[in-house]
Amino acid sequence: MAIMAVQSASNLDGMLLRIKLQRVERRRKLRAFTLVLPLLLLNLIAFVSPIGRMMFNAIHDDTLLTLMPRTTAALSAWDGKDLPSESAYAALAEDLKQAWAQKTSGVIGTRINYELPGASGEVASSARQASTLSAAPYKAALIEISPLWGQRGVWSLLKRGHSAYTAYYLLRSVDYQYGPDSRIVASPPEYAVFRDVFLRTLGISVGVTAATLLLGFPVAYLLARLPLMTSNMLMIMVVLPFWTSGLVRTTAWVILLQEHGLINDMLMALHIISQPAALIYNRIGTVITMTYIQLPFTLLPIYSVMKTISPSYIRAARSLGAGPFYAFWKVYFPQSLPGIAAGCLLTFIVCLGYYLTPALVGGPRDQMVASFVAYYTNEELNWGMASALGAILLAATLLLYYVYNKLVGVDQLKLG
Amino acid sequence: MAPFAYSSPIEAVWHYLHRLICGAVLLFLIAPILVIIPLSFNSVPFFTYPMPGLSLRWYEEFFLTSRWQGALYNSIFIAVLVTLLSTVLGTLAALGLSRPNFPWRTAVMSLLISPMIVPVVIKAVAVYFFYADIGLLNSYTGLILAHTTMATPYVVIAVTATLIGFDHSLTRAAAGLGAPPITIFFKVTLPLIVPGMISGSLFAFLTSFDEVVIALFIAGAEVRTLPRVMFSGIREQISPTITAAATVLILFSVVMLTSTELLRRRSQRLRGIRDT
Repeated sequence: MAIMAVQSASNLDGMLLRIKLQRVERRRKLRAFTLVLPLLLLNLIAFVSPIGRMMFNAIHDDTLLTLMPRTTAALSAWDGKDLPSESAYAALAEDLKQAWAQKTSGVIGTRINYELPGASGEVASSARQASTLSAAPYKAALIEISPLWGQRGVWSLLKRGHSAYTAYYLLRSVDYQYGPDSRIVASPPEYAVFRDVFLRTLGISVGVTAATLLLGFPVAYLLARLPLMTSNMLMIMVVLPFWTSGLVRTTAWVILLQEHGLINDMLMALHIISQPAALIYNRIGTVITMTYIQLPFTLLPIYSVMKTISPSYIRAARSLGAGPFYAFWKVYFPQSLPGIAAGCLLTFIVCLGYYLTPALVGGPRDQMVASFVAYYTNEELNWGMASALGAILLAATLLLYYVYNKLVGVDQLKLG
Repeated sequence: MAPFAYSSPIEAVWHYLHRLICGAVLLFLIAPILVIIPLSFNSVPFFTYPMPGLSLRWYEEFFLTSRWQGALYNSIFIAVLVTLLSTVLGTLAALGLSRPNFPWRTAVMSLLISPMIVPVVIKAVAVYFFYADIGLLNSYTGLILAHTTMATPYVVIAVTATLIGFDHSLTRAAAGLGAPPITIFFKVTLPLIVPGMISGSLFAFLTSFDEVVIALFIAGAEVRTLPRVMFSGIREQISPTITAAATVLILFSVVMLTSTELLRRRSQRLRGIRDT
């Protein structure tokens, strides 16, 4: 009895201690979390949620649903084969009257115009004239006002507008769109520009990545094998541009590559060319400047991996009879591959999102996806398209970063 | 490294060719920055050498005309506030994250670093839509907030780096000796993480000071920052004042680079890591 009592008392003590420890532990975790909380909240509110909303904008568009509620509702029973019945036209007339009164016909016209180019003027004039219509039959009257309402395309568009979600923007981003019967068809060639833009973005990024590797690899190799003092001195030449603002570096190349800039002057003074070469506002200028900006990004990870390769491996290979190139290729190069992968992947990812440099040193045919995101946001005010293109760019970037993280670890992102 | 005595002639040729290539690439890296500096002292508005004479007229224009001066003030004002905010928030977060067994550490860390990863145009568009909704377009607050989210990852990374290998028994010893948490922070933790905080805050400053894309999207006529004025200057008609502005920015980078390098060495010395 007595022994059991002692045992249960010590059990109780142990339990109490465990609970106490757990409580302390929990409080510690809570305190650690409290320290992170302010930044976490800021990031969630001012960064994550805006980006989430942008992604949402790519598939969400309730313009037609809210501004033409009667028409979109009336069409839910429409089979899409012939023109809809008189009741749908009556709903349309009501919606157009309301749009005219509330001055929203412009917004509706713009939305319809995205999918049916040239329709925005028709919608505006229809709204104005529909406001004078008073009695049935509306069908003939509306088709009289604008032949637009006699086309099946606009009706299937309005029917799709019954849902607040649309795949239209994402489809357009890969050069597809809805046909008059709501089936997905390829965009007509004059609007099918985006596949080209994506391919161009990929092409420029691959080219720039390859160029930085070609230029960066020999330098990293040299810097990794020089005595520390010398390599540190030379490293300044790599790190200083890395630290200088991208805008300043782009400015430098704008000045260098101009028609009467330094490079043309030099080439002409050396009699290599007789007339100024076109170096800026084209692909050459874009690739040169991007390569210049990205070179340290590729070089530094390669360098830091090469730093860890012991020179004795090469010496061992040589002493065993390998030729210099064989020893390099079979012994040194494979060990530097992680650095090459990290550097190239990082540069490639950064290149995909380039906006500033193509905008300043590229021509209209050198603009990448990011430029079109900006164009649709600032010039066209077509936020759905901007969001869809942005969402695709973001998805590609995040996917590649996931790979990068698996390969290298984001923690390894160096500051300089 | 000289070619070995036993190396073949081909190897020797290759050795010098390699040096030559490296020299050319290093020149490619540094020359554009060095070339632009003398041009800012050119007495005539052209961008070619030889320069007919030296003058400070572009610096005069940069520092004394309201267009550039206002932009410089705006940029400094915004960058200073961004630096303060992001240093405080980033340091707190790094301290929390480096506590042992922090819950979901990797996920939270990736989330906090993500602003560094997302392409700047995406950030700009997303923030533009967001601010259009809540009426923060064309405001200092908006720009400062946007820059702060961009700058905090650098502070988090820099401070976390100084906390790697942080000996938690130091704080426990201080606590055991009766020091309250505040004293522990200021007397034990802070001196150890100050180098990271400073290099992180320098990065934060530079991030805001150089940032142009977000400023282009969300800042209106009143909130003109220096990079924005430079951007439109390059786009419209390029004036040599831009070279003066660029030189000032390059000087900035040099100062920052030197100070972070010195700080890094100091931090390693403090933590007893030998510079290898």
